[in-house]
Amino acid sequence: MRRAAVLGTGQTQHQTRRTDVSMAGLCREAIDRALADAGVDWPQIDAVVLGKAPDLFEGVMMPELFLADALGAAGRPLLRVHTAGSVGGATGVVATSLVRAGVHQRVLAVAFEKQSESNAMWALSIQPPFTAPIGAGAGGYFAPHVRAYIRRSNAPEHVGAMVAVKDRRNGALNPYAHLRQPEITLESVRASPMLWDPIRYDETCPSSDGACAIVIGDQAAAEASERPVAWIRATAMRTEPTYFAGKDHVNPRAGAEAAQALWQAAGITDPLAEVDVAEIYVPFSWFEPMWLENLGFTEAGHGWKLTESGETRIGGRLPVNPSGGVLCSNPIGASGMLRFAEAAKQVMGRAGEHQVAGAKTALGHAYGGGSQFFSMWVVGETPGR
Amino acid sequence: MFHFLNSRQGVTLIRLDRTCFTDLVDTASAPPLAAPLDIAFDYTRSLGPVLGRFMTGLRDRRVLGARTADGRVHVPPLEYDPVTHTPVTELVPVSPTGTVTSWTWTDRPLAGQPLDRPFGWALIRLDGADTALLHAVDAGTRESMRTGMRVRVRWAAKRSGDIRDIACFEPDPGPPRAPDDTTSGDPGSAPGTSSASGAGSDPATSGDPVTGIVTPIRLSYTHTTSAEESRYLHALSEGRLLGQRCPACHKVYVPPRVCPADGVPTEEEVPVRDHGTVTTFCVVNVPFPGQRLEPPYVVAQVLLDGADIPIPHLIIGQAGDVRMGMRVAAVWRDRATWTTTPENIAHFRPTGEPDAPYESYQEHL
Repeated sequence: MRRAAVLGTGQTQHQTRRTDVSMAGLCREAIDRALADAGVDWPQIDAVVLGKAPDLFEGVMMPELFLADALGAAGRPLLRVHTAGSVGGATGVVATSLVRAGVHQRVLAVAFEKQSESNAMWALSIQPPFTAPIGAGAGGYFAPHVRAYIRRSNAPEHVGAMVAVKDRRNGALNPYAHLRQPEITLESVRASPMLWDPIRYDETCPSSDGACAIVIGDQAAAEASERPVAWIRATAMRTEPTYFAGKDHVNPRAGAEAAQALWQAAGITDPLAEVDVAEIYVPFSWFEPMWLENLGFTEAGHGWKLTESGETRIGGRLPVNPSGGVLCSNPIGASGMLRFAEAAKQVMGRAGEHQVAGAKTALGHAYGGGSQFFSMWVVGETPGR
Repeated sequence: MFHFLNSRQGVTLIRLDRTCFTDLVDTASAPPLAAPLDIAFDYTRSLGPVLGRFMTGLRDRRVLGARTADGRVHVPPLEYDPVTHTPVTELVPVSPTGTVTSWTWTDRPLAGQPLDRPFGWALIRLDGADTALLHAVDAGTRESMRTGMRVRVRWAAKRSGDIRDIACFEPDPGPPRAPDDTTSGDPGSAPGTSSASGAGSDPATSGDPVTGIVTPIRLSYTHTTSAEESRYLHALSEGRLLGQRCPACHKVYVPPRVCPADGVPTEEEVPVRDHGTVTTFCVVNVPFPGQRLEPPYVVAQVLLDGADIPIPHLIIGQAGDVRMGMRVAAVWRDRATWTTTPENIAHFRPTGEPDAPYESYQEHL
């Protein structure tokens, strides 16, 4: 297969309300930074791929129509990707595929969410007729599955709070993070209100306005780059139904199969030993140990032990979310791409204060819907095999 | 007919007439149930520097266009130059008068459109602009509309910094006007704002810059159930819980549906009991717009006896003591109120039986 690489990344300052910019301005803040980081100018961009989560969040149907000018899409192909919360990752994978297929030399991938234009809890709790009035947003959806994980794995109760402390402190090292809480402690997390029992306030992601952009180039473009690039060693996407009899909500089959395909394509046989840093989509703290298992970093039921032992901190065996992750910044449509971009920044050596020393191989991961869509990539300092 | 109407920022659920649910219909051949679903939210838009200045101008009865690198003036303004991709920074005033470049006519205006009487939808190139703006022309009759006709802005009497500050356009027999002519197009319709004075002394030209707008959006759907779900709902109206077995995997689905794993419709009807086991649950403590229950409340996944997939429902009773594996039973509302809805079951209550062993439901988590 043809090689592809991340030439550069960019992201916005993420915060609750970016009332200083329009949706177009938000996207361009990330795009302009990505182009500068890649050392690429508009004439070199061959196509644009846009991702964002459900249109109900901004109340703009098909925002790619009115954003075309701002995205630099005039005179170029523009694609829109939809895969709920995983869309930022899926957008990166689609852009990679366009390059790897030999269709384009350089593709701009962009993802955004402007959550302040509405209310995500409302948008995710629309109740159709003939149903009982019990929807309670993403937290209400995922909390029972977190409870099931805790029961199944016999994980001690404090592991969720440990993840929150780690990620929020990591976020304090990331100048773009929405939540930066260097003073947070296990005690303060455990003292925070229980929102969707067993999920506490400090264990949930914020609602953010934000965007992310990535420039992906082919081998020639990567070799022409004056700065280090992140070689895309493998990508994978898998899907499964939201509900079916026997669905494993704790360890979904689509996620496990995507990971298996990803490691195989990347030539990785022992992910825990061979991956130096992982940016994993963790919107509620307990999803760190859950996804560590689903991704094959540990056996089922043992993910929490890696977290509890401190090995997922910066400096540990597998630093997870050194950027602070989704727990610190959650512009939903962009959150997956931020994981992909942060993984690339690590292997390019451009992660600043949250750089993991010597990172050569990194995972970017996203999931969306009711644990329905999975997208992931492995990037490396070298192209691999 | 009855309805729930929470608030402007909520979901409005209006039930169809009760006769749709009558027990006299042959449920096997009755058409699938349908009901309206209205979704509404007042979206808050932040405008950014270009659109913010444009909307501020409208509030002050001035139309601004964006000048791009090629010298063209775009109205409404673009935020980014489509040729050079650079941000637009130069906004220039254009005239409130212009020329219709193309048009169509609407005989039956819809709610929310600029006028409530027949009007022309027109592309209007304002004097000084190079692009056309889509707006309504209050021309009275279709015969009065023509390409090339001259029109002028009719300002809204009350303006807030919104595209609707232009109430509409109207025919303008006069000469082109200067960009700084803030005269209302229809003095009679806007008392107190029809001063012909020049820029600087207009009392309307004041206030803070406009940085955001509110965009109310309302979507109206007709939600139609599948034939299988209709039979399930009709059974609920008779106090029965109905499942269907997938012919391929033999799993019993409640409510019935095309089997998501095998992609085949379920056919064989299987009655399931209104007793079951809590597989897992969540205590909702968080309030949110559109919520129809007062927090805190317990939402549980209940695996009904005889079913292979849990249904979500409320657990009430022994508050704070809901457990995985707890045995529960449906608490039905008064039979006289039953309709085709799962809300016939008010909630589930603990039965006091010993908890189901974990192994009996672990495959359903």
